[in-house]
Amino acid sequence: MSARLAVETLAARAAARLSRLARTGGGTTIPGKLLWKLDPGAIDALAARLPQGAALVSATNGKTTTTAMVAAILGPRTRLAWNHSGANLVSGVASTLLAQRDAELGLLEVDEGALVEVARRVRPRALLLGNLFRDQLDRYGELELVAGRWRATLAALPDDTALVVNGDDPQVGDLGRDRPGTLAFGLDDPSRALPALPHAADSRHCVRCGRPYDFAAAYVGHLGDYRCPACGHARPQLDVVARDIELHGLDSASFELVLPAGTVRVRLPLPGLYNIYNAVGAAALAHSLGASLDEIRTGLEGFGAAFGRFERIVAGDKSLLVLLVKNPAGANEVVRTLVEGGAPPLLLVALNDAIADGQDVSWIWDVDLEPLLERTERLIASGGRAAELALRCTYGGLVEEALEVEPDLARALRRGLELTPPGGELVVLPTYTAMLALRDLVTEQGLVRPYWESP
Amino acid sequence: MRIRVGHLYPDYLNIYADRGNIAVFARRAALRGHELDVSGVSVGDELRPGEHDLLYVGGGQDREQLLVAPDLAAKGAAVQEAVAGGAALLAVCGGYQLLGRGYLGFHGEDMPGVGLFPHETVAGDRRMIGDVLLECELEPGERKTLAGFENHAGRTRLDAGAEPLGRVLAGFGNDGESGYEGCRVDHAVGTYLHGPLLPRNPWLADWLLSQALAHATGGEPPELEPLPDELEAQAHAVSAQRARDRGGRF
Repeated sequence: MSARLAVETLAARAAARLSRLARTGGGTTIPGKLLWKLDPGAIDALAARLPQGAALVSATNGKTTTTAMVAAILGPRTRLAWNHSGANLVSGVASTLLAQRDAELGLLEVDEGALVEVARRVRPRALLLGNLFRDQLDRYGELELVAGRWRATLAALPDDTALVVNGDDPQVGDLGRDRPGTLAFGLDDPSRALPALPHAADSRHCVRCGRPYDFAAAYVGHLGDYRCPACGHARPQLDVVARDIELHGLDSASFELVLPAGTVRVRLPLPGLYNIYNAVGAAALAHSLGASLDEIRTGLEGFGAAFGRFERIVAGDKSLLVLLVKNPAGANEVVRTLVEGGAPPLLLVALNDAIADGQDVSWIWDVDLEPLLERTERLIASGGRAAELALRCTYGGLVEEALEVEPDLARALRRGLELTPPGGELVVLPTYTAMLALRDLVTEQGLVRPYWESP
Repeated sequence: MRIRVGHLYPDYLNIYADRGNIAVFARRAALRGHELDVSGVSVGDELRPGEHDLLYVGGGQDREQLLVAPDLAAKGAAVQEAVAGGAALLAVCGGYQLLGRGYLGFHGEDMPGVGLFPHETVAGDRRMIGDVLLECELEPGERKTLAGFENHAGRTRLDAGAEPLGRVLAGFGNDGESGYEGCRVDHAVGTYLHGPLLPRNPWLADWLLSQALAHATGGEPPELEPLPDELEAQAHAVSAQRARDRGGRF
């Protein structure tokens, strides 16, 4: 380590301790921000020290879970610099590299918008691109814009960077077309397809010629088996596949995982098709990083939930089930999974509109909430935009008598737990900052460890 | 009474929760004993003036907008004739841009317009994104506010003498400079405000429904029975406050 880097590292670590002392946060990004200010090139140097290099994961949905799955696969035999709490901007990546000095491999989820900068500095040996859905248009801009940035990111990477793409996503699958050696992953089980493309499906028109695709199967949003009837642009040949899928309510799913190295049945302790996408992507990336079939299966089967994503938190003699919602495609899958698992009669939904949530809350109208609301007996609407959310729910068929509007999250949580019978589970759907606030609340009550201490 | 709604390009222009606006029309019509009959009019479909009492055009991403622009321009005369014949119309964001004379995109891609609204739109280098609050006076002496969210690269410049939808109290508006937002021609309203616009601004939904009913009956716009609108008022208040606190900033 150069003398300059050493001094900066010390200063940044001190800032992390200060951040925790000051209780302003977990200190997951403050040291990175400081380092970034002191010397933007330091991140390049920190990444270059990793003996096995770094792997990056980006996507609109599922990057935290996918990255955590890869960590579960590789963790037993590799020391990782992994940003497990989802601090995925340049500063969060810098903090992670700084904190894990003896790591062998960097495993980093990266914000879609920050990927160009992070990839340029970290120079990854492997990159997973998961999916592109409409998300926080006020912050990221339109899908085409993000896809364009990703294309530029790839153009700047050397040919030997291993690329893993979701072949079921027309925009993302196309990014790997001109790079030999790209691994494409996807699902192949038409019996699990949606009856029709959902309202919020994004890439329904051919990325080449603009004609509507024919979908032989759509599994999650616009992810599926597509072909353009005009120009023939179609899903690429898949290298890593989940087939013969079984869904077991809110508890688990199982599928046959097909890898170039062989085929194995995996029982995933997470529900929902979207988590199968995460698992197949994680398997493909782990494979490209040298993991064996057995390590992949063992890692996936032993996986616990990622931060705020289908996470169960014990609260005395009751528990919370926290499912982050942040955009139409992700929220639709949460709804689908809850409904298939037997929809809960009581829900706490918290809608905030800070920058990290998206200041534009119009996305809640693109979510197909109706199948969930049909079965809801009571819904507590919370967060800064509680009234907006409540209004959306009345349009989704919920009668006003079934609604409680409580913008204050602490009071809403207390009310939700009060309505939950002993031994019961309160299902909570928070947006990102509401999820963080919720964790603070339960941490204050001593129910979970602070997030910077886990896993 | 049956109100016939023509929803233009529901499969292309739907980015900012446009279906929320349609749901508001449907519910508020039903609560007054009217029925909304919505039909989609997409690429290649014929638009017949007089067949619809209310037309709706939503917003799309640049790519979708490019895909529909030539088709919409070809329907231009029919749209103009419908509005001249008294039909009501609401166009949001991309739809609002394409109903003007045209849009000059950031990469030089030209999109032809319909020419209903007397304006032109040119892409700027920074998007204008944030909460917006407007004051409108669609009926003389009746001042009302609209609260919404805007996200557009286009700078829309109204011709001299054109009637804007409202005065910007907070936010950017048409071009970030003029102090005005949207445009109105007869019973047609175009605006950048989404959110979606109508759930928290029910008075505008009622105004448009009333014009549509007048078109359907051939009579005067009826007074619609007031609704409680408590959640609507709360949602409006929060959104309006956001615009005052953080609207109109790059």
